Amino acid sequence: MSQAATAPPSPPKKRTPIESGVPDPKQYMHPVMVKNYGQWAYHERPRPGVLKHVAKSGDEIYTVRAGTQRQMDVYTIRTLCDIADNVGDGFVRFTTRSNIEYMVSAFEKVPALIKALNEKGFPVGGTGNSVSMISHTQGWLHCDIPGTDASGVVKSLMDMLHEEFIKEDMPNRVRITTSCCQINCGGQGDIAINVQYTKPPKINHDIVANVCERPAVVARCPVAAIRPAMVNGKPSLEVDEKKCVCCGACYPPCPPMQINSAESTKIAIWVGGKHSNARSRPTFHKLAVANLPNNPPRWPEVEEIVRKILYAYKAGAKDWERMGEWIERIGWPRFFDETGLAFTKHHLDTWTGARHTMNMSAHVRF
Amino acid sequence: MADEVKNGSTATEAGTAKRPTPKLDELESGPWPSFVTGLKRLRDTEDKPYSGMMNDLLGQLEHSYTERLGYWKGGTVSVFGYGGGIIPRFSEVGDKFPKSKEFHTLRVMPPAGYHYTTDVLRKMCDIWERHGSGLIAFHGQSGDIMFQGTTTDGCQKAFDELNEIGFDLGGAGPALRTSMSCVGHARCEMSMYDEPRAHREILNENVSEIHRPALPYKFKFKFSGCANDCVNAIHRADFAVIGTWRDDIKINQDEVKAYVADHGRKYTIDHVVAMCPTRAVSLNDDDTVEIDNKSCVRCMHCINVMHKALAPGDDRGVSILIGGKRSLKVGDLMGTMVIPFMKLETDEDYEKLREFAAMCLEFFAENALEHERIGETLDRIGLPAFLSALGIEPDPNMVKHPRTSSYVRTDDFTDEAEKYFARKGKNKDGSARDAAE
Repeated sequence: MSQAATAPPSPPKKRTPIESGVPDPKQYMHPVMVKNYGQWAYHERPRPGVLKHVAKSGDEIYTVRAGTQRQMDVYTIRTLCDIADNVGDGFVRFTTRSNIEYMVSAFEKVPALIKALNEKGFPVGGTGNSVSMISHTQGWLHCDIPGTDASGVVKSLMDMLHEEFIKEDMPNRVRITTSCCQINCGGQGDIAINVQYTKPPKINHDIVANVCERPAVVARCPVAAIRPAMVNGKPSLEVDEKKCVCCGACYPPCPPMQINSAESTKIAIWVGGKHSNARSRPTFHKLAVANLPNNPPRWPEVEEIVRKILYAYKAGAKDWERMGEWIERIGWPRFFDETGLAFTKHHLDTWTGARHTMNMSAHVRF
Repeated sequence: MADEVKNGSTATEAGTAKRPTPKLDELESGPWPSFVTGLKRLRDTEDKPYSGMMNDLLGQLEHSYTERLGYWKGGTVSVFGYGGGIIPRFSEVGDKFPKSKEFHTLRVMPPAGYHYTTDVLRKMCDIWERHGSGLIAFHGQSGDIMFQGTTTDGCQKAFDELNEIGFDLGGAGPALRTSMSCVGHARCEMSMYDEPRAHREILNENVSEIHRPALPYKFKFKFSGCANDCVNAIHRADFAVIGTWRDDIKINQDEVKAYVADHGRKYTIDHVVAMCPTRAVSLNDDDTVEIDNKSCVRCMHCINVMHKALAPGDDRGVSILIGGKRSLKVGDLMGTMVIPFMKLETDEDYEKLREFAAMCLEFFAENALEHERIGETLDRIGLPAFLSALGIEPDPNMVKHPRTSSYVRTDDFTDEAEKYFARKGKNKDGSARDAAE
């Protein structure tokens, strides 16, 4: 009981969080948008990158949309804020694809906004039937399992696609995504540029038992290729390499099962994914080409294929056809012809439900 | 506290040699804004505490570009009172790049619809300059503002200040995740319900599930005001709320005529009429349109194209689709139509939506296996079991077509058919009830 005399030092006072959840957007919203909330009549696009929305009350709001690099330093954000304060109304929002939008109440303010954005290096566009900013993931900058650096791939591609961002010259909107592993956080896209592993994981058996919850790793494998094993007298895991589909699902829960390597981590390009329900139902993207080199800092081989696919679509699609709908109309044989890509056994799906992706009819194109 | 850091010893990184970045330098040319230039600007602001951190971060990133490998590993970091919301990153090459050896991210929930004043953005920048790297992403793929790069100590300090200006951490791990809603009611005439309201009511009612990961796996809500689905809900959300309507598309025939005069009759037929997925639109001889609303699937195409001439109807609400997700582990799944229509206008309607959301979350918490998304649960147990657990009656809008497999036990088919007719207000045999009764 004598310890009671020397009380332990009181722990530093900790602040209890305010569990405020999702903030109310109206406190940050342009007053014209607050006033006409839910009461909009129609919109027009006066020029690429500019939207005009007209409310039932007759009020108008103009939006200028510009591309950003998404991962922004505070100086870039303050530059964007300065533009809003100097020539805008001080209200902005971001789109799903990390474009910034400036809302102003009068058309007269639009030219100065465009000028200020362009002067500071922010392209104005991404509206209507354009190629918008590529939605992407974290990559080498911050992710714990990345095969590539999405930010670098996106910067390289958007330099090439800049002309299509600032115009509205595509048959329909083009949504491109990139992902640094096969989990595909970037999501579905008209064109999706995704890491594709080509070799089974290389296992550091010395640390598996200490780092990994082995039954959880076994359970994570989609093809049941992982089993517990004793290696060099230590409990570890082994992979049946004949079964392994090199998906990398074991790597996040078990980092000693390294799936990436400078040589075996490749890039695949997928086409025809679509989120919208317009015309056809939403679709998943399909494999176009695999085994492209993961070639930083500019990924020229990826850029070349994206260019081929995009411009084949631009030349061939009817107005309002998305990438997948264009291919649906012209057929896969012509898609591979017009893009100059190869059709291989790897394009034949082998996963659950694969038969539903086959041509179970006498419909053939020549 | 802030001034302490600003003026303290950390502001003396000026002597540190700049890490060479020959590969990253190549990402500074070209017309698109460069994230590398931004990272360098942070490095070069030598009177700031993050200058040295960003120098080493650039060093590690260049190392990744050279070796074509990532060097971050996870760990456990959280703020007082919460179990999630921080993405911990410890460098595996911290001995080479010591100042960025801890580079954690705070996931912070944005205002619904991503609206900001410059004032609040500047406050965020100031906080992140004091306690982090100065690098912020608007936004991550789950919808969070990502404050990228701070030490374990910095997480609490940054969170405390962000929390004081009205922002809260988002989800990570097996938890309810941060949500997204489209611009919707704020600016879009296609918006069929108050997306930010639905978004905030559902998320904020279940906010504890965001902060204390206790679900079998992640669970995501997303809210789109119409079937254009600008936040990619059907594919990317476990629970997708999509605006729709039940009555007829509204037609302004003068605007239709103006469209046809402007674009031509052939163009209108090829690109509006012929592209209707259910052949519900036809062009009359006098250049007005006729719509077979009973066949219309509310896909939005004709309204998107002739947006001044056509508009959604007035009897508005939402469809709810359950089970969208990306590849791990069973492969990609789209959400499946579970509630074809739920009216969403009055306070009572929103309450019903909240109740249904809570039921789905509870079902998921109790029935999903570990690391199983609800779409996978749905596949494992079958849609009928899921519907009966949630008290939802089957509806033909839930299928592309009825089953083609005969492997099913149908001995209570007649009872089920009677229930269907009863729901439809018909007699047991499906014949119409006599109006006089």
